[in-house]
Amino acid sequence: MTFWKIAALNVAVSLSATAAWAETEITLWHAMGGQLGETVNKIAEDFNASQDEYKITPVFKGSYEETLTAGIAAFRAGEQPNIMQVFDAGAATVIGAKGATVPVQDLLTQNGVDFDINNYISGVRYFYADADGKMIGMPFNSSSPIMYYNVDALKKAGVEAPKTWEEFQSVTAPALKDAGYIALAQSHLPWIFTENFMSRHNLPFATNNNGYDGAEGTQILVNTDALKAHFTAMTEWKDQGFFEWYGTGWDDNQKAFDQGDVAIWLGSSGSFGGLMSKDLGFEFSATYLPYWESVTKEPTQTFIGGASLFAMAGHDAAENEATAKFFEYLTSADVQYYWHKETGYVPITEAAYELAKSDGHYDRFPAAEVGIQQLSLPGGENTKGYRMGFYVQIRDVMNREYGRILTGETSVEDAFNAIEKEANDLLARFAKTQG
Amino acid sequence: MKRAGFTTVWLPIALLLPQLMIIAIFFYWPAAWAVQSSFYLQDPFGFGSTFVGVENYTDLLGNVEYGKVARFTLIYTVLVTFFSLALALLLAVKADAVISGAKTYRTLLMWVYAIAPPVAGFIGLMFFDQRNGPLTQMFQAFGWDFRLGADYTSTATAMVVVAVWKQIPVNFIFFLSGLQSIPKSVREAALIDNRSATGRFWDVTFPLLAPTAFFLLIINITYALFDTFGIVDTLVRSEPGNNPVTLVYKVFVDGFRGNDLGGSSAQSVLLMLLVLVLTVFQFRLIERRIHYT
Repeated sequence: MTFWKIAALNVAVSLSATAAWAETEITLWHAMGGQLGETVNKIAEDFNASQDEYKITPVFKGSYEETLTAGIAAFRAGEQPNIMQVFDAGAATVIGAKGATVPVQDLLTQNGVDFDINNYISGVRYFYADADGKMIGMPFNSSSPIMYYNVDALKKAGVEAPKTWEEFQSVTAPALKDAGYIALAQSHLPWIFTENFMSRHNLPFATNNNGYDGAEGTQILVNTDALKAHFTAMTEWKDQGFFEWYGTGWDDNQKAFDQGDVAIWLGSSGSFGGLMSKDLGFEFSATYLPYWESVTKEPTQTFIGGASLFAMAGHDAAENEATAKFFEYLTSADVQYYWHKETGYVPITEAAYELAKSDGHYDRFPAAEVGIQQLSLPGGENTKGYRMGFYVQIRDVMNREYGRILTGETSVEDAFNAIEKEANDLLARFAKTQG
Repeated sequence: MKRAGFTTVWLPIALLLPQLMIIAIFFYWPAAWAVQSSFYLQDPFGFGSTFVGVENYTDLLGNVEYGKVARFTLIYTVLVTFFSLALALLLAVKADAVISGAKTYRTLLMWVYAIAPPVAGFIGLMFFDQRNGPLTQMFQAFGWDFRLGADYTSTATAMVVVAVWKQIPVNFIFFLSGLQSIPKSVREAALIDNRSATGRFWDVTFPLLAPTAFFLLIINITYALFDTFGIVDTLVRSEPGNNPVTLVYKVFVDGFRGNDLGGSSAQSVLLMLLVLVLTVFQFRLIERRIHYT
């Protein structure tokens, strides 16, 4: 057979195949690289194989910021994907643009998928919801900052993992220093020591109900005694050799823990899979993020980090149905448990959590449960989330000023004045974009 | 003499059209769009937008941090331009004097030219790694607590070193061909008049190199201002934090990471004006004084 005959035959076969299946095709743009991306692809393949009406194609678009920017550009050109992954800091941008997305709660109920927000674990319910508690984005890869520790180091120093920062600075850190360790490092100051400092202590993070009630007039509340005292303590710990900061980059700080220099590292519950796969040379475990007893006696749950999936507007009913069916598949207990096991991100539904428990996942890996337990701690009026526009830039401002504090370029007082001013300017600018 | 010319008006226009369209679509249209959106604050998805007049500009000019970024960009541009020109000139003069194995030397010196800026950045990351980068260890041996990504001055130093390293080969190629185009007779005449090699270089060779040097000066300024983006992004690992960044990088951070289209458009317009000033400077002030022959 000649080349052309084969080609013609191929075309004929593929045409008839498309005609026969008449699948509804949808696309998912995501920011999950490497191992995480392969897991997303596997879930998509399994979904496609599980039925023959819908076909989803996941596309990796780079970092979270790049994915959001690509999605926005595509939306303006009328070429948007059906589903777009948006990270925590971009939530205000996409939720603020009413008409850019179809609220996931509406999408599911309109397409005959059972939806009850109470089926989701409490920590993830409202982060991507609107002021009335309607879920807009489907929580997907959800994580929370937790405390990892080098079990061997703590044993050598004869201490337990600290529950409070008071305990850390008076007992844990000095003992670890004597044992030859830098006690503490962390990988994301705005996320761990600002956003989740607020949620852990149930402190308000912004006016207007943490920003949920609208962009107009929302002001950030970081210039507070509790947060400034925390950063002052950090500079003291650094001077005493209890704490080290290796720059804004995530990996530089984690590396110090991986290599055994640092005994306690604050990272993401989603870091668990990565740590397990490394040959660390020591045993590690994890527990809750410490809190200041002087600030609260009743520490609360933390915010979810990570990202969620948004159904983009502007697609026909058949495609929206396909999107709804994919969400249904994605939130099923089996798929959530698979995702949780492979990546370390928390399962987002109670059913998936129960499945992980009954399967003995946490008997094998107790540290894998810390993230979801911390997200399921008692909540407070300030722990459901925050909604601030231009938040990516606000985080950049925080990173800049925190770096200056820790390199001695500025004082805690000046840094927080600067953050407050610049963040409020950005929030006011954002409010104008919504007009 | 008979003048050759087109017989119709439409043919030359038709021939020019593709080029004009490319310029219009890829340069003027986006530039006009940037100017327009710099007067608005708009929702990234394009739903809402508010006309704010020159507020984006006044916000920028009143912003202390923007001033700091501009100052850093200026210092960075001066350092990168000076060192990449000076070192390339030194290398070119030396390579020009080499007789045996000259080709090998020259090829090795030009090699780096083929490296893309982000790759140069990655090589920089390895050399300046906080833990086991050889240059980090060298600086630490001299008592400088060099920490890329954590310390402002360290990151700034790494940016300058990598940007200079990447640019030397380009300058080297131009300087070398400039040197080789100086007529032998001129050199020999100079040799009779002046026995000092340094004296001959400054009195004869350098003025004859001036057209090349001036062209390279402009090229290097634009390189430091605009083309080092990939190096900056890689060295700060896309997380600027307290590290220094250049003006172009800030346009990217605010526009493409932060989705502040109005603010970053205003920044781009300021950069366009800067390029305009540079161009005027190039053609009006300096070109007149330099003889290209």
